[in-house]
Amino acid sequence: MPKEVTDVICPFCGTLCDDLVVSVSDDNKTILGVKNACAIGAEKFNHQRMPGRVKRPRMRQADGTYKEITYDEAIDWTAKMLVKSRKTLMYGWASTSCQAMSIGHEIAEKVGGIVDNCATVCHGSSLIAIEDVGVPSCTLGEVKNRADRVIFWGCNPAHAHPRHMSRYSIFPRGFFTVKGHKGRKIYAIDCRYTDTAKCADEFIQVQQGYDYELLNAFRTAARGEWLPDTVGGVPKEKIIEIVEDLKTARFGIIFFGMGLTHTMGRNHNIDIAINLTRDMNDFTKFAIMAMRGHWNVTGSGQVLGWQYGFPYAVDLSRRDQARHQTGETTSVDLLNRNEVEACFYIATDPGAHFPVDAMISSSRKPTVCIDPHINCTTEISDIHIPVALVGVEVGGCAYRMDNVPIETRKVVDPPEGVLTDEELLTKINHRVDELLAKGGA
Amino acid sequence: MRPSEVKKMNTITLTVKKTPELFLECEHVNPDAFAGKTPDQIAKLGAYQGKEISTLGEYFTVAGEAGATAADTKIVINGDCTKMKYIGAKMTAGEVVVNSTCDMYTGSWMSGGKLLVKGNVHSFCGLAMKGGEFTVEGNAGNYLGAAYRGDWRGMSGGILRVKGNAGSDVATFMTGGELIVEGNVDIHIGTHMEGGRIVVKGNANRRVAGQMVKGEVYVFGAINVMMPGFKKIGETELEVDGTKARFTEYTGDMGERHPTRKGVPVYGRLYMKN
Amino acid sequence: MSEFIIKNGHVFDPVQGIKGDKKDIAVKDGKIVDKVGSGAKVIDAKDKTVMAGALEIHAHVAGPKVNAGRWYRPEDKHFDSHKTAGITRIEGGKSIPTVFKTGYEYARMGFTFAMEAAMPPLYARHVHEEIHDTPIIDEAALPVFGNNWFILEYLKNQEIENTAAYIAWILRQTKGYGVKCVNPGGTEAWAWGLNCLTIHDPVPYFDITPGEIIKGLIEANEYLGLPHSMHLHQNDLGNPGNYKTTLDSLKLAEGIKPKNNFGREQVLHSTHLQFHSYKGTNWGDFESGAKEVMDYVNRQKNLTIDTGNVTLDETTTMTADGPFEHHLHGLNHLKWFNVDVELETAAGIVPFIYDPSNAVFCCQWAVGLEIPLYAKDPMRCFITTDHPNAGPFTRYPRVYSWLMSKKVRDELLNGFKKADKVIGATNLANMDREITLYELAAMTRAGPAKALGLAKDYGGLAPGMNADIAIYNINPDKFPSTGPEIEKAFAQVACLFKDGKICVEDGKVVDMGHKKTFWVDAKVNENKQVMHDIKEKFLRYYSINENNYPVPESYAPHQHIIAVDATQ
Repeated sequence: MPKEVTDVICPFCGTLCDDLVVSVSDDNKTILGVKNACAIGAEKFNHQRMPGRVKRPRMRQADGTYKEITYDEAIDWTAKMLVKSRKTLMYGWASTSCQAMSIGHEIAEKVGGIVDNCATVCHGSSLIAIEDVGVPSCTLGEVKNRADRVIFWGCNPAHAHPRHMSRYSIFPRGFFTVKGHKGRKIYAIDCRYTDTAKCADEFIQVQQGYDYELLNAFRTAARGEWLPDTVGGVPKEKIIEIVEDLKTARFGIIFFGMGLTHTMGRNHNIDIAINLTRDMNDFTKFAIMAMRGHWNVTGSGQVLGWQYGFPYAVDLSRRDQARHQTGETTSVDLLNRNEVEACFYIATDPGAHFPVDAMISSSRKPTVCIDPHINCTTEISDIHIPVALVGVEVGGCAYRMDNVPIETRKVVDPPEGVLTDEELLTKINHRVDELLAKGGA
Repeated sequence: MRPSEVKKMNTITLTVKKTPELFLECEHVNPDAFAGKTPDQIAKLGAYQGKEISTLGEYFTVAGEAGATAADTKIVINGDCTKMKYIGAKMTAGEVVVNSTCDMYTGSWMSGGKLLVKGNVHSFCGLAMKGGEFTVEGNAGNYLGAAYRGDWRGMSGGILRVKGNAGSDVATFMTGGELIVEGNVDIHIGTHMEGGRIVVKGNANRRVAGQMVKGEVYVFGAINVMMPGFKKIGETELEVDGTKARFTEYTGDMGERHPTRKGVPVYGRLYMKN
Repeated sequence: MSEFIIKNGHVFDPVQGIKGDKKDIAVKDGKIVDKVGSGAKVIDAKDKTVMAGALEIHAHVAGPKVNAGRWYRPEDKHFDSHKTAGITRIEGGKSIPTVFKTGYEYARMGFTFAMEAAMPPLYARHVHEEIHDTPIIDEAALPVFGNNWFILEYLKNQEIENTAAYIAWILRQTKGYGVKCVNPGGTEAWAWGLNCLTIHDPVPYFDITPGEIIKGLIEANEYLGLPHSMHLHQNDLGNPGNYKTTLDSLKLAEGIKPKNNFGREQVLHSTHLQFHSYKGTNWGDFESGAKEVMDYVNRQKNLTIDTGNVTLDETTTMTADGPFEHHLHGLNHLKWFNVDVELETAAGIVPFIYDPSNAVFCCQWAVGLEIPLYAKDPMRCFITTDHPNAGPFTRYPRVYSWLMSKKVRDELLNGFKKADKVIGATNLANMDREITLYELAAMTRAGPAKALGLAKDYGGLAPGMNADIAIYNINPDKFPSTGPEIEKAFAQVACLFKDGKICVEDGKVVDMGHKKTFWVDAKVNENKQVMHDIKEKFLRYYSINENNYPVPESYAPHQHIIAVDATQ
């Protein structure tokens, strides 16, 4: 008889929906179906049963093909690489559990690694801004229960966080928001008319690259000061009208994404959006939240935070101190400048996401890639080590985009003999200890 | 100053004999670390490359004589320093002359003395400068004279001059001192300024003095897009770093908070050369 | 090696009334025993001070706002990250240490237990992940209730039994220790940008007053008979004139008797009292209200307090008093972090520099010292810095030096730039009292243990108690006379025993021990109403499912569970 596992947490995006219901075969090996997930989340579970799953480590041969090796061989090779390298990039982490990250950090501290996570190419800009100016924020349930003005600035949850609008930000009826979306005014501010904008009450088109200027104009208008006729293509009358409307809100929230993090100025765009939110708190209640992408990039930031005091780009290469300087200790910069001697990738695919020059640099260094699947990175790595799918085949703690921690569940067994990240990292850690004891340092 | 008044400096000359494969962390290359030491002792000072601890002597030949104090010590560096970080960082006195391009953190956290780089510098140089004179004859990267991550206390004193161009994020959170770029700068200069003076003799692209609380920015060249929070209030004749000219004066950033003096807000000032 | 004999030390133990006598302490299998065999390892404590391991009753050391404080302040670790040779991990952070540094530094100062002062239930998993990673010291966490929607609704209807049932449920879900109440009502008001500054200001919509919340939570706590009392952070923190609200709040405990099987005698613990003991009407006429407040506290035997000493450092303020942090940000314009937590609470964070050239901060420093110097019963007055709000906990040795030596504190007081103003606005200059080692043991060991309901096993050196023992390089007959010497002696224990194992030797961590997570499992009668309300609220208002709310067992691998039976 198939069984249903309820309250399953979806390990895909930062929305971290925890109401999935997954049907599993009697022998605990196959997922038969998923309810409540969006298309992307459903695929994460459904593809578990697809054929072609890599079940053992693979090592790149001289002719570019891959040959299967044992886990022990892969672990030994990896440990030797880590011990030998003077500075190793240990990047990824955003799709594994906090428990696994913790073991990874132990290894990094011993071998002199730089631990960086996917924020480095995503909401790192937001983290830089928060480091500079703080952030007035809230949990997603506060949005559901209180928000009557919702602004999506430079983000498109309709595509990237599909259930966000129905679970939290537009449609739900909460304690103080019994009218649901009818009691909320939704703004979408973007350089193009997105599918999210279609769900908004008002769409403001901002000229690409002018978000910082437009946010400056919002703040200036809020203080009743002089404005030029248009800013970023938006007329000053409209700017003043919007600001006056926001001041009448009971609880306003700004959600933002790559439209601010990846356009000119990057962290400055978020910095000024945070300051606008801060200013609005002089008139009413306002919060702002980053639409974190990966389901556990936030978790990596948290674990690095409590263990070393920084949210990403943590340089442990000296092994006796932790340092942080985005632009120096961030992955792309390290690769572009050839500042590392080895690469260790886990729960990520920089081959698909990093600038090409950075990956060319990476491909020239000894590289290990830990991932359940063959991806763009595994094919330029020396060793690919498959692991269980976290949140599907093994549980572990994850942090949602509003930093709420939720323990993901194991729904099915991993393929026979496939290790979990925790098990693999533990073995690498032991092998590193053995090598260091022998004087391999 | 008459020749007899010129201070006699003891000089240590470092000559690069080996380029690091990665980057060398030269936090001991400054007059404070060299003062009172013999060349042999200086050669034994540590330098990290990743987790590998090496010595300065591995990468430089060391000749000459250090002074008894930092103030009496001059360092001249010859050879390729493109991959050397932290040269002159934290110096409190003395002189450093580098006849090469340098990497990151050159002159960062310096509080006195003179640092001259006859080449370019990379990013994060002159961070949180407190005093002294730092001159770059070539170009500078990003975050010149900026605050360290998260810190609201940026450059607070001294004079930082770049003869070429500089990148973005110049002088973030500046509270004092003077920063002059004789060439162009990229975006976001003087962001969050609360004091001090920036002079850009070339063009300043965009986002000039965004979120400025207080301070002065002078731009001789063009600004491609003015911040909406800057309000034109008039014109004035000024002499700025040796140039006499007519400037258009703006107050700002009007979208930001400002201190008050006797109940009247004190704004930041932006001056654009006509 | 599990048998030790600590010989010839000067023992200070208020539990047994030992005031510095030379006495041997025997340790066997994790406990203090009457005697051990001849094979026991000898620890020479000659000319040293021996006390039980200290207990931190209120600090912000584990959880979402602590961590937000860490990662949003890279400058707090700048040039301050290091690793000592040996078995320890990298340590960093001046005002908000990383978890490794937290455990090591507490242990180096002779502490064996720390209470995380405020745990938002929705984020409990985070708190426990950090507790798990904090080495050596035992820890517990207090879930916050003062702005929780269930509590506001039940107490409005004066439903103490329902309140108690909900509290018991939360303690089990979050592996929590007791009842914390922060800025009652005011933090729910803050979700609309408002606040409650007196005990009479009604909470928007819920229409209950802070006074009713405080009283109700005290009653529910006693109904359950929990080991600790209701733990209160009063309304109107940090504002001139707030001592009146403080007294109004404390008075709510009058006439209520403690009901528990743990030897606890207080029904209300008032925390970081320094921040709540101000007279005056503005920062100009700001004055110490410590005498007025302590006169009351001294008379009321059913109260305990902790000080919240300002240490005059650059530090980070962080509290569930969200509106206060917004207000503080308005004063110093430093970066402000805020999170409102659905149905439960909020938190705010702002860096703060207690500059000694500023008269107000120096007055706060003075108030923080006056409070324990006025305290008649050191078993009811505990020393804290509300870490990191008034200063980092690593400054405890400095705080001790100010309390134990008038000369040391007067030197600082008279050296202030605005000394005259500070002396004029406070009482400290006229106070001669110097806290003794015996009193210090009460204020940092025996007292907190008793207030937490742990007196049976912790906070003392009687046979049968847990072998958590601190040995300091302090010869009571030759007590150090300068500030730096006192500080050094308290900052680096000669030896720390945790559960009968030596974890720190000469200030160096030598063993990670076997730390435990303490929590309270209170059994109540089945309560269908509360279970129904919980289901309802999760279905309709929370953003996660009820089944994903509890803290899994794996997050606390070593648990010390205190069972309470409230079914009578």
